[in-house]
Amino acid sequence: MVTVVHPNLEDTNAKMSARDVSVFYGDKKAIDDVSIDIPTKYVTAFIGPSGCGKSTFLRTLNRMNDTIPSARVEGEITLDGEDIYRSKMDVVQLRARVGMVFQKPNPFPKSIYDNVAYGPKIHGLVGSKSEIDEVVEKSLRRAGLWMEVKDRLEDSGTALSGGQQQRLCIARAIAVDPEVILMDEPCSALDPIATAKIEELIDELSGRYAIVIVTHSMQQAARVSQRTAFFHLGKMVEYGRTSDIFTNPLEKRTQDYITGRYG
Amino acid sequence: MSDRLAPTRTAEFEARLKKRYAAERRFKMAGLGAILFSVGVLAFLLVTMGFNGIGGFQRAEMNVPIDFTQAGLSGDPAVLAQPDAVQTLEAQGLPSIVDFYAEQKLGAEGAAHISASAWRLVADRIIDDPAILRGTATFSLPASAKLAAGLNGEGSPEMRALATSLAQQGKLETKLDLGFLERADATDPQQVGIWGALKGSMLTMIVTLLMAFPIGVMAALYLEEYAAKNRWTDLIEVSINNLAAVPSIIFGLLGLAVFLWIFPNMRSAPLIGGMTLALMTMPVIVISGRNAIKAVPPSIRDGALAVGASPVQVVFHHVLPLALPGILTGTIIGMARALGETAPLLMIGMRAFVATPPQDFTSPATVLPVQIFLWSDEIDRGFVERTSAAIIVLLVFLLLMNGLAIYLRNRFEKKW
Repeated sequence: MVTVVHPNLEDTNAKMSARDVSVFYGDKKAIDDVSIDIPTKYVTAFIGPSGCGKSTFLRTLNRMNDTIPSARVEGEITLDGEDIYRSKMDVVQLRARVGMVFQKPNPFPKSIYDNVAYGPKIHGLVGSKSEIDEVVEKSLRRAGLWMEVKDRLEDSGTALSGGQQQRLCIARAIAVDPEVILMDEPCSALDPIATAKIEELIDELSGRYAIVIVTHSMQQAARVSQRTAFFHLGKMVEYGRTSDIFTNPLEKRTQDYITGRYG
Repeated sequence: MSDRLAPTRTAEFEARLKKRYAAERRFKMAGLGAILFSVGVLAFLLVTMGFNGIGGFQRAEMNVPIDFTQAGLSGDPAVLAQPDAVQTLEAQGLPSIVDFYAEQKLGAEGAAHISASAWRLVADRIIDDPAILRGTATFSLPASAKLAAGLNGEGSPEMRALATSLAQQGKLETKLDLGFLERADATDPQQVGIWGALKGSMLTMIVTLLMAFPIGVMAALYLEEYAAKNRWTDLIEVSINNLAAVPSIIFGLLGLAVFLWIFPNMRSAPLIGGMTLALMTMPVIVISGRNAIKAVPPSIRDGALAVGASPVQVVFHHVLPLALPGILTGTIIGMARALGETAPLLMIGMRAFVATPPQDFTSPATVLPVQIFLWSDEIDRGFVERTSAAIIVLLVFLLLMNGLAIYLRNRFEKKW
């Protein structure tokens, strides 16, 4: 049977850890016994063919699967050692600490300003108008969008181009100053130029946040990540340094996937 | 050049292509025909109603000058400020004074056809402005229903002759009767007004909206956002869909059995009528509300949840604002249906003859469609035009309501 290969990665501290995690949709097992450590201040990429469960697993990390009534999670997932499923950690607090960016840009149909200010406002992180202004500017700057939108903050967020919308969503996620950012194929709906901008942005953000990115593009994983996990049929086949995975995979299935035998 | 023709270049293909275009043209013409037919029917309806209705906003009146200096009425303002001033004036002989001056001006025959309650108009004017008692004032007093019919070329030949002669002398004329919008129901078509029913309709609609909208929206929100999907919610959904299809008279029976049993002294009250109509409107709001909530893209919910919004915040900050235009559309459809509803209100006694506009939500009232129904049942010819006028008032009220809804919908509509 499959053995999960964990090379020696003790040079990093684990921000999030999963132990023997299985996810079920009704009776169907979508994730089978995954154990992984997500390091701080690195970019971790999940790769694998369509339907391999990488997005499902990503969504367990901030409990977005809770919105699907038939989904059930077994095993243990910890954030800084706290079990996010069974401890007293509130799901609202969890999602403020573990932000998420989705496959399709989904800005709220509100102004650019309100999109970014929404998170800090609902969590009561900001008080005065000037504080909010400051957070909005800082977040938009970090998302590399400030120069493009600073003169039209009152325009609707949905009026931006696809790439700008996705950076707005990133700004919205980092406005609450999370510790981890989950990205679910953030570039799959974007053109190559917008993709390049997002990748650049991920690179800049990686020093600050633990970033987990799901991608179906192996080139993207190779470009932006330091750690890569390969998923296949609901199992995590191999996990290691990105350079090792792409040049010297230990598993034959990983090798077959990255050389394009299937996927 | 090759001798092989592509299948799309053969003569058969061209013939088929022509047929396809012909079918398209036929379809277009049929659609256009349907639209033109509907427009024609609508225009016919509006034109006939307009013609009849204009008459409803007019009435035959006669000018009678009254010299109060000779009438011997005490013009004490303190007395006239009393609530029973009309009775006081009656006791002082105002009706016979009016009759006297009418006879002087119009002759005995004409004066006999001043509406019997015309002196009340004079009394109202005096109470409004006691100063006119110091001189001569001219009053435009309504003619009797018979004389008014005569003026329209209806009724007995004698009445027609009298009306013609009075009209030729300039003593009888048709005047714009804006008082129609201020008075309530009466037995004399010359005296009726629509305000009583209009106010009754407004009060009833307010009750309906206040009850049906919050309950309907909350039910829709709960069913869409919170309720588990199981056999019970399926049952509730089927029940709500069935409720929307229940004939309205049944809701009337329910109102009669339940609401009038709880509030036995409020027969004919807008409160009871509004509650009954709210039962009828609620399912419509729930169904349209659920559809509007379902149409909010899940990505918006995900986005809000992912920044840490609680379920209630997701609903009130995102789902509800985006669903509101759809909910409002459904609400207005339900309200328009409730406004035009007659049957359930008959059951709870709103078909009573109510000669004074309702004071509040608990006083007896009637509503516009019931008023139209009642007037259309009257034998007196004068009611025909009044009925048309009432229909116009009902339609204008409906249009205003729809206009308000469209305005609100456009204001809240957001694009994404």
